[in-house]
Amino acid sequence: MACFVAPATEAVITTVVNAVIKHKESKRIQTEGTEHAAEAIEAHKSKISFSTKLGWLNKMLWGGSALLAFEHAWHGEVVPYFPFFTAVTNGEVSEMLAEMSSVGVTMALLVTAVWGGMVAVSGIIEKRNDKAEDTVSEGV
Amino acid sequence: MTLLITIFAAIVSTLVWYVRDDRRELNLGLLCLMFWGASIMWLTDAIFEYAELGAQYFTPAASDMLNDSYLGISVVALGLMIWLVSFLYKDPKGVIRKALTTGR
Repeated sequence: MACFVAPATEAVITTVVNAVIKHKESKRIQTEGTEHAAEAIEAHKSKISFSTKLGWLNKMLWGGSALLAFEHAWHGEVVPYFPFFTAVTNGEVSEMLAEMSSVGVTMALLVTAVWGGMVAVSGIIEKRNDKAEDTVSEGV
Repeated sequence: MTLLITIFAAIVSTLVWYVRDDRRELNLGLLCLMFWGASIMWLTDAIFEYAELGAQYFTPAASDMLNDSYLGISVVALGLMIWLVSFLYKDPKGVIRKALTTGR
């Protein structure tokens, strides 16, 4: 009915959070850059910033929601005019809300869990790379 | 069928992302993540539907399968269109900018 609304809402929130984090990161790089330029550039080169990682979640949520919205339009559940959801016109608001809170929320949680896994794996790879670099520099 | 077609699109786009060195220029990450995001969402939908219908979920009517396949292909086409628009907007090689400024 309208299950894509839950991940789309999460996408709005994560987009705003991402914009704030990106702003803070660029400010920090500027400050660090003026104090210890070479070290700061090196550190940012070897690690993926959190805003980039949050960008992965944004793309999954926005992309998935857009394609799901298309599916709902295909089935005639979403229309391009007010009130946009045929469930509202047919008096099935409670069913629509129930679906949003069950299927929709599970969708959002599952996408977030997969993203969490991606972040964890990339963190492990980054740590492994750091260790390998340390071993090389110690050997030299 | 929609779920299956989207998963295949996600796998193919991920393989292309892995193989290509110019993945960042081509903005392939967007394509992969978009299809994976949709696949996870449809998987959730499928789990809920399976919980409701049981084994009947795996034996859909031929007309439903045809409609779902048509929808799946349309979804892939829409995903590719979204990716293409974002790629042309990014214009990594400056082809569009050049064409617009020189009038060629």
